[in-house]
Amino acid sequence: MKIGVLVSEGPYTHQAVDSAYNFVKAALAAGHEVPRVFFYHDGVNVSTRLSVPPQDERNIQENWTSLAKEHGVDLVVCIAAAQRRGILDKNEAERQGKDADNIAEGFRISGLGQLIEMGIQTDRLVTFGD
Amino acid sequence: MSDVKKFLYVNRKAPYGTIYALESLEVVLIGAAFEQDVALAFLDDGVFQLTKSQETDGIGVKNFSPTFRALGDYDVTRLYVERESLEERGLTEDDLQEIMYEDEDDDWAEKPSIRVISRAEMADVMAEQDVILSF
Repeated sequence: MKIGVLVSEGPYTHQAVDSAYNFVKAALAAGHEVPRVFFYHDGVNVSTRLSVPPQDERNIQENWTSLAKEHGVDLVVCIAAAQRRGILDKNEAERQGKDADNIAEGFRISGLGQLIEMGIQTDRLVTFGD
Repeated sequence: MSDVKKFLYVNRKAPYGTIYALESLEVVLIGAAFEQDVALAFLDDGVFQLTKSQETDGIGVKNFSPTFRALGDYDVTRLYVERESLEERGLTEDDLQEIMYEDEDDDWAEKPSIRVISRAEMADVMAEQDVILSF
């Protein structure tokens, strides 16, 4: 089955991101396809490469980046939600006149259309949030 | 699978205090370009999103409630509101803003977009959907 995933809560504050990660890993292991994960609301905060959690804690961003590398999952961060919360890639940083970008490897910033498209193209859309 | 899916946006949270309602509406507006079969549901505190006379100057955030009245122009013409959620909050349909759309199948007659339905009917609406996005 082709499964799309929406993450709508932020990292470390809320379990949604962790549950989504475990779900995607389990779905892939069971032979399902997970072409895309869409990060919305505070979920976009997963994608900053500047987070530095304590060493004895999981690193949520690095986990997702590894997952994207190993399984080719398309990790899409909503541009409107990202801009509100200070998540920028190189192009957006330049376009907005900011002096830095912070998006982590494996993530890309794109529009909400990617969420709708995911809903159209997958058999199930599973939301992790409140 | 057909190209057109039934999308339902479920709004469960108050319009202000958290960003969910505003960012839900942003998805609806962007999603309209994809020509899917779209409806909105309002339940729990989400029913407050449709109340009339919202005034947000005191909290320093944008009052986005007028945007709901533009949904008809995006072919979003069904706004299901759960009756029990209204009643539990001391609200009636009269407390909601008037949201109309022009029915192209009926000589562009103006019709109300808001449909107050029971909790049981809401369950039926949800059961018919292909994709449910809950905010």
